[in-house]
Amino acid sequence: MANWIGGDQKLPQGRLILVSYGIVLGIILLLLGFWKLQIVQSGHYSDLAEKNRVRSIPIIAPRGKILDRNGRVIVDNYPSFSILLLRDDPAQIQKDLPQITAGLNITPEDLKQQLEEAKIEPKFQPIIVKPEATDADLAFVESHRVDLPELELMMVQRRKYPPNDFLAHVIGYVGEVSPQQLDQQAGDRYKPGDIVGKAGLEREYNDTLTGTDGMRRVIVNSVGKPVRTLDDTEPIPGKPIQLTIDYNLQAVAEQELAGKVGAMIALDPRTGEILAMTSQPSFDPNDFSVRIPSKEWRVLNDDPNKPMLDRAIQAQLAPGSVFKILESAAMLESGVPPPDFHVFCPGYAVFYGTVRHDWDPKGHGEVGLHKAIVHSCDVFFYNVGQRLGIDRIAYYAKAFGLGKRTGIDLPGEEPGLVPSSEWVERVYHHKWYPGSTISVAIGQGATEVTPIQLLRTVSGIAMGGVFYQPHLLKDFSPVKVMRFPLSENTVQQVTDGMYGVVNEGGTGIFAYNILKQAKLQDVEFCGKTGTAQTISAKGLLRLSAAERHHFGYNTWFVGFAPKRNPEIAVAVLVQDTALEAGGAAAPLAARFIKAYYEQKQGQPIQELEAAKPAPKVRAATTQVPKAVPQGQ
Amino acid sequence: MTERSHGFEFDWWLLTIVMAICLVGLLEIYSSTHGSALHGMQWKQLTWIGIGIGGMLVLSRIDYNAILDQSPLLYLVGLAALLLVLAVGHTRFGARRWIVVGGVVLQVSELAKLIIIIVLARYFSEVRTERLTLADLAKIGLLIGVPAGLILLQPDLGTALVLVPVAIIGAFLAGINWRHAVAVLALGALVAVVGWNGHFLKPYQKQRLATFVHPEESPRGAGYQILQSEIAVGSGGFWGKGFGKGSQNQLGFVPVRYSDFILAALAEEQGFFGVLICMLLYLALLLRLVDNAQKAKDRAGMYLVMGVAAILAFHVVVNAGMVIGYMPVTGIPLPFMSYGGSVTIFGFLALGLVMNVRTKRFVN
Repeated sequence: MANWIGGDQKLPQGRLILVSYGIVLGIILLLLGFWKLQIVQSGHYSDLAEKNRVRSIPIIAPRGKILDRNGRVIVDNYPSFSILLLRDDPAQIQKDLPQITAGLNITPEDLKQQLEEAKIEPKFQPIIVKPEATDADLAFVESHRVDLPELELMMVQRRKYPPNDFLAHVIGYVGEVSPQQLDQQAGDRYKPGDIVGKAGLEREYNDTLTGTDGMRRVIVNSVGKPVRTLDDTEPIPGKPIQLTIDYNLQAVAEQELAGKVGAMIALDPRTGEILAMTSQPSFDPNDFSVRIPSKEWRVLNDDPNKPMLDRAIQAQLAPGSVFKILESAAMLESGVPPPDFHVFCPGYAVFYGTVRHDWDPKGHGEVGLHKAIVHSCDVFFYNVGQRLGIDRIAYYAKAFGLGKRTGIDLPGEEPGLVPSSEWVERVYHHKWYPGSTISVAIGQGATEVTPIQLLRTVSGIAMGGVFYQPHLLKDFSPVKVMRFPLSENTVQQVTDGMYGVVNEGGTGIFAYNILKQAKLQDVEFCGKTGTAQTISAKGLLRLSAAERHHFGYNTWFVGFAPKRNPEIAVAVLVQDTALEAGGAAAPLAARFIKAYYEQKQGQPIQELEAAKPAPKVRAATTQVPKAVPQGQ
Repeated sequence: MTERSHGFEFDWWLLTIVMAICLVGLLEIYSSTHGSALHGMQWKQLTWIGIGIGGMLVLSRIDYNAILDQSPLLYLVGLAALLLVLAVGHTRFGARRWIVVGGVVLQVSELAKLIIIIVLARYFSEVRTERLTLADLAKIGLLIGVPAGLILLQPDLGTALVLVPVAIIGAFLAGINWRHAVAVLALGALVAVVGWNGHFLKPYQKQRLATFVHPEESPRGAGYQILQSEIAVGSGGFWGKGFGKGSQNQLGFVPVRYSDFILAALAEEQGFFGVLICMLLYLALLLRLVDNAQKAKDRAGMYLVMGVAAILAFHVVVNAGMVIGYMPVTGIPLPFMSYGGSVTIFGFLALGLVMNVRTKRFVN
């Protein structure tokens, strides 16, 4: 054995000590490294560990149901899944983007834009990449739990609106909260992606309908698999709202108006409760309950028939001859001209050098107030209007509730317009032309009303000057009441006249025939027809035949029953129809009244029994209108 | 040559320190795995420790002069084993590092580490000059270069690099011209650059080294391990989250938490306090080794002990540095703590060499 031990055995002690110093230094450096992580940056890493460990998944609170006045469900919810994209890790999302968009069948552009918009939001706030996941989407997410941990499923309660556009304008729809709403909100009630009411009752009563979302915190392991639930904050469901709407009567109203352009409203004049309310053409709110593709939105918005417009509260139109009811009341109340005022109607009259035609060129002969209402004599009311003067007309129109919002519990109601000399001077800076009063007297001219206004005004006059705030919520409180007490004589004469319109061979004779056929002629259905041109007679003459095609009449019928202390009032507006008001609007109102009494008497509603699926196409009724008539 | 009774010459302090480290390791292995499919690993580790202690006792009784005597043969056996593993080795995780001996899977490079310590100790002890000559440096380079190259082929960059500090410490103790030192460092740098740009590194090795610099850029790729380890360590705070309560550890966010990243698991559950205790144990271990080297009977014994110290110190620094993101992920375990048969047995065999040197110190 060689002696490796031999020779110089002096050990380099100094160098060994240096090595031990080096070891001490190395250990100290390592400890400093641990100190930095564990003491200095401990909070930061604790947050990261917590984020690793805990995943918060919102539990969406279901929105409150919407019920009709008898508790029948109109709007419900159904469970659905949304796919969330957790944004804790932007770099990873960028990398996985192609796989996500391909797997979920969404365009990369849409997702990129969404991510861009969400940039300002806190990172822990997930975005909804697919609001309504299909079975294939769900399978995709489940099978990619490991490699696409940024995808998460969330169960949501989605809005289920009734089919066939039922009550669409009134209900409105929900949608994702807009950036503007987020900016303007007080506090932090909404967060991006929240579903809020965007229109109609959904918007009006959003606070009631919206619940409080819950939160599930789960512990996930390193492959994103939930290990156990940490805690649940249960969601608080939104409260249901009960409406004044009667499901059956609403169905009748929609059936009547289907295929037309216009609006139909029915209310109880004793309370202001709205029993039915529809605007046509309509839209399907279900299209909005999930994110609506921008293309569909454009189609709805660009439709010349404006299906999104709620004509019942937003169409501001000339009231036509329905205005004569207000004028009659004004005449009787003011005594100008006196109650026994008579004119001879030869079919026209001359005012301020201009010939004014009656709608009936044959004329009405000797005409007093009753006959003037029954047959809607223009010449009589030209004269009344001239004597009342524009400011007295405006005074009564406003007193009866025109020119301002009724306060119905729907967003977006329009105020209408009551012209007056003050208004003309303020807006047009010239004196009122007395000739304009003659037009206003028969509901033409600058006067603009909405169907809901006209209904409340006319039924309020029938109620003796008590105008209830129309409303849709059963528990609406307080119901504002506007009072302008009318004399018994005024109410008697006006309602007598309106009774005559239907029951004495007046312009509403079509309505009488319908009720008589149903043996309901004793319900004392009273009403008033109206036809308003959408363009002046002179203007119409200047147009070519093809152009005239675009302009027609707005035909009205506003009625109530019974004659004294009415319990039901209905307004019908049919736009752009060549049929005269008595033909176009009155039968719709009569059939509604018929349904109302059938239901009241416990009979089946014949109109619903006989209902066939109504074609949802606009009826081709527009013809070249006659130039002459000025209302009936 | 007469020998005194071995039992009383044992370095009981050293053994106590190592057993304390092993105990910490066993507890943390238990904590990391008891709730998973890997539960019961601590018993397997205990078996490795037992085998290691047995090997240590055997090795400590063989005269180290006799071992040094056989170093050329040992060197050849080592090279042959490394070639064998490349030829018929067992492949796991994309690397050919293991051979199966009697049903036990062994990592051959651990054997190579032990042999290099012995071979270099003999080489350095034969140097009679004040300073190492260039020829010496070249020979040393060749001695570690061949096995290191074979280990690189497996590929196992970490273990290949472990051989280097043995040479560095040996050269430092033997004496080296500072110009030569600079030249060697420059050569090392050159090799690193060529190695990087050439095709000597596997893509995963490159990626590991690259993401070590910027772990946040690919949190779910290679940098994910480093980031999760840092989160575990950092979130532990001073006192830790408690035994068995580290979320990073228990939920599997910490990679190979029972082995290479066991220090991250410990740091999360026992906090800085636990890390401090652990590091002090390693400090005590290393200083005790230097103490043994200082008391060695001859240079050869000193080089043997310091070779062991160099490798263990390298393991501690690289592993702890990796856990806190200061070092790349190279698969270097923490000796006596990390789960692992080969590395544990290597550690105890290396200690056997140290004991051997200590037993001989009063001889002659």
